[in-house]
Amino acid sequence: MSGDALLWIALLGGIAGMDVVTFPQMMISRPIIAATAAGALGGNALAGLIAGAALEMLAMELLPVGASRYPEWGSAAVAGGAVAASPAAHAAPAGALLLGIVTALATAWAGGWTMHGLRRLNGVWSVRARPRLDAGDARYVAALQWRGLGFDFSRAAIVTLAATGAASLVPPAALARLSGHAWLLVTLAAALGAAVAGSSAWRFAAGAPRARWVAAALFAAAGAVAAGVLP
Amino acid sequence: MSGYSVRRPLPLGLRLSMLLRLLAVQGSWNYETMLGNGIAFAMEPALRTLPGGRGGEAYRAAMARQARYFNAHPYLASFAVGALARAELDAVPATQIERFRAALCGPLGSIGDRLIWAGWLPCCAMLALLAFGLGASGGVVALLFLGTYNAGHIVLRTWGLNAGWRQGLQVAAALGRPLLRDLPQWLAAATAVTAAVALPLSVRRVIEMSGATVPSAAGTLVGAALVIGVLLGIALVRLQGRIEGWKVAFGVLLFVVLYSGLR
Repeated sequence: MSGDALLWIALLGGIAGMDVVTFPQMMISRPIIAATAAGALGGNALAGLIAGAALEMLAMELLPVGASRYPEWGSAAVAGGAVAASPAAHAAPAGALLLGIVTALATAWAGGWTMHGLRRLNGVWSVRARPRLDAGDARYVAALQWRGLGFDFSRAAIVTLAATGAASLVPPAALARLSGHAWLLVTLAAALGAAVAGSSAWRFAAGAPRARWVAAALFAAAGAVAAGVLP
Repeated sequence: MSGYSVRRPLPLGLRLSMLLRLLAVQGSWNYETMLGNGIAFAMEPALRTLPGGRGGEAYRAAMARQARYFNAHPYLASFAVGALARAELDAVPATQIERFRAALCGPLGSIGDRLIWAGWLPCCAMLALLAFGLGASGGVVALLFLGTYNAGHIVLRTWGLNAGWRQGLQVAAALGRPLLRDLPQWLAAATAVTAAVALPLSVRRVIEMSGATVPSAAGTLVGAALVIGVLLGIALVRLQGRIEGWKVAFGVLLFVVLYSGLR
């Protein structure tokens, strides 16, 4: 991946990473959007979309609820989509897809920790500014907001750059080996995604037991059609 | 009392400015004050209209009050910003504003989490996966998801700001609407039903479009993936709270990818 391409990916990762919490939370950070955008930036939107769909299923479980610590899917999905759509994917698309998914999962985990670190840093700045805030100084209120936004963008851009850069060091021979029995690994990735998304949907519907059983019946029917058992 | 208070709608420019700032309400989110600083930041344009204007005594006192600890769902923070701005401009006593502010945190957090994070977002994400599974392009999937999700998101923020401003300290009436109470359950049911169709179709498209050379019919692999998915899903439901599915997936995939790529 060229330096220019990496910088564009980092910029997109910064925007998607910010969207997770700080601005504007319009869910451009959801994997199915962010990975597709990264794929489009790399010239292969479809590869990004496929990686994004697999990641979206895995991301359904932990939602950004309150003060809990959760994976940061924005920059992660950009890194994953970029790897899946990288030039190396022309020779070994399935290998690149798998590498993209694993890169995104690792980045989501690491990104979650950097987000936690930034929250603590914001807390330190907030405590230091307390006397000025207690005096009603609006400039300090705005400065804390802008500083938090700027650092969050930088954090996410750096995380994306590091993840995409590291993944681009994987030699093409390793990708080709991955592609050799990629059908097995892709099936496993899809199964894991379905398990995580399905169990999450089941939990969310805890208060609607009838809908759960309607969904179970529909799943059996749709699964039979998708598997080719039913026409 | 200031010119904007009591039954007058917020001027459009002021409302837009507050809405834009509300999009960044979590800009300096931290474990000390949580959303507090963002609430003051979003409300600041309205506080400029207090007697004495920007930098006046009333303005500084209100800014100091509003920059303290506050926690809520970020989208529903608009209710708080509208209602608290109204209370400040109506010159409600400080102790009453502080009590009201503290009382808002719990309901705005729990309603928002159930309505958005466990309702609207998964429902829209499943809709996007359904479109993906049915063969839609990336552009269509993105437009469908972002358009649907943000229609609800922006309407909620705008309604919250307006309802908060209109009802001031009586904003609890708006939060007690049956729609807000029942909607999360309907959304959860819709999510489950959509997921039932979206997940098998998405699994099939991921396998078919991955570029992997499939040794047998793709349908067999899809069937195998769905059976494994159901078994793992049941295990995840049973182990709820003790294990995170995405971490399990990460561990398994990392191991098999490293094993396959390095051997």
